[in-house]
Amino acid sequence: MKGKPLPDKDTVRILVPAGMLGAGFPPESVERGLALGADVIAVDGGSTDSGPYYLGRGTAKTAAAAVARDLRVLLRAAATAGIPLIVGSCGTSGTDSGVDWVAGIAEGILAEEGLGLRIARIYSEQNAADLKERRIHPLPPAGELTADVLESCTHIVGMMGHEPIEEALRAGADVVLAGRATDTAVAAAFPLMHGMPAGPTWHAAKIVECGAQCTTNPRSGGVFATIDANGFTVEPLDPAAACTPTTVAAHMLYETVNPFEMREPAGTLVVSDATYRALDERRVRVEGSRFELADQHTIKLEGARISGYETMSFTAIRDPHILSQIDTWAALLRMVLTERVAQTLGLTEDEYILDIRLYGYNAVLEHIDPAAGPPREVGVMLLVNAVDQQTATAIAKVANPLMLHLPTPDMDYLPSLAFATSPAETERGAAYEFVLNHVVDVDSPTALFRSVLDA
Amino acid sequence: MPDRVVGDLAHEVRSKNAGPFWITMELFMRDADGYALVADDLFLNAGVIARLYDIPAEGIRFFRIPELNVVKISFPRPVSQGSTRDRDIHAGQHHVPLALLPLD
Repeated sequence: MKGKPLPDKDTVRILVPAGMLGAGFPPESVERGLALGADVIAVDGGSTDSGPYYLGRGTAKTAAAAVARDLRVLLRAAATAGIPLIVGSCGTSGTDSGVDWVAGIAEGILAEEGLGLRIARIYSEQNAADLKERRIHPLPPAGELTADVLESCTHIVGMMGHEPIEEALRAGADVVLAGRATDTAVAAAFPLMHGMPAGPTWHAAKIVECGAQCTTNPRSGGVFATIDANGFTVEPLDPAAACTPTTVAAHMLYETVNPFEMREPAGTLVVSDATYRALDERRVRVEGSRFELADQHTIKLEGARISGYETMSFTAIRDPHILSQIDTWAALLRMVLTERVAQTLGLTEDEYILDIRLYGYNAVLEHIDPAAGPPREVGVMLLVNAVDQQTATAIAKVANPLMLHLPTPDMDYLPSLAFATSPAETERGAAYEFVLNHVVDVDSPTALFRSVLDA
Repeated sequence: MPDRVVGDLAHEVRSKNAGPFWITMELFMRDADGYALVADDLFLNAGVIARLYDIPAEGIRFFRIPELNVVKISFPRPVSQGSTRDRDIHAGQHHVPLALLPLD
């Protein structure tokens, strides 16, 4: 790729080996994608899907060994075929530490394998002071952003579109390791760079971003999309799986608020007029997707902050008498514990959070659970969130005798309940929460991102 | 339990987080008759979802897709994903009240 002018292309073929780097995939599926003439390998490295901890702390959800295993297969494939490899949202949340973590793994593999591929890192982390100078708008259901919320974040990332990735490819990168990027930008960058139309490109990128999720066997790993001037064709990499018009169309529903429109930094993908047609038993042709350019280019922000420090304790109840009035028992636990915490630690109820969860009864849905009736066995989780770890643990320790011996009001003796572990409590460390659901106006789509190309 | 519930007419009823601040649910109905029933605004509307999930009706969005026999419903999460009071990080078990909605 280095220094060569971009060849004219009638089609661009994208190989997506899996929904996420580190998820694992059969090496044969990548070989099959290369045999089908892949022009680029694209894979997502993260998401907010697993909660605020990963962004808040700047660590990855995936195991280093799992990322290394997948990267080794993909780097070899990219070198063999002479095609670029693009990874987005490196290290789960796309923090700078996540990009460097994946880059370190990749560099180790390139050295071991003797591969001469050039890596570009694109950093997407933002600092609060710079953002405060910019125009920021809330997305529903968020409200206006205040400076103290920005400053409270441990990490803030901006979600890049395809533009910084395209810039890195044009500068000569063989491997692009991007910080936080839209799931679609990773697959869209290369086809857009080669002049493929925006509607089909963004739609194809959305369909393939979760790997085989758009096929009849979501566990089979990868997918392959061919984009041209009028639309795109998608097929699974596993010969035993199939894409059908239903599996492909239904993928627009997955994890989206609105299945017909999807905002990217540069505009909005509109698929309400798209048609899905079976070419044969396992390939689907999609046409009629549009991309409407926005008047204002915007970058979505994600930010997480420490909400407190947590300690968890867990006991279990099997006695049918207590279970027959489990709500009463739980209310009594809350009341007595709140009193004891005030007596012993001098803390009022608004200085900490007690979340008492009755697993086996209504822990998951609470008061909206449609089922009723006494459970056979209940796991009682006490989750304490307090201003520091010592306080959270002290509250859990004050709860300990209650979680061991608290009777229901009508019992004149002390039951002993079933602690699961000794000690009963586990310190969870800092707890995080997502606090940003906002976009920032930018004049240039690359302005908030910083690229470093290896020599 | 009522005799017949919405889930009886569906191939799948599912829920999932859609970003940290939204939940989305889909009813994949088995056939056009089942779809017609849940797509009927008189049977299933924002007021029903507001009651089932104890949330304000205003933020609830409906998408009806007859080609797929799908009704999709999205609404803001009452607690943000993964915060201390969140009991279902991926919101993957929140389809149950909808699936158990009585038909009769």
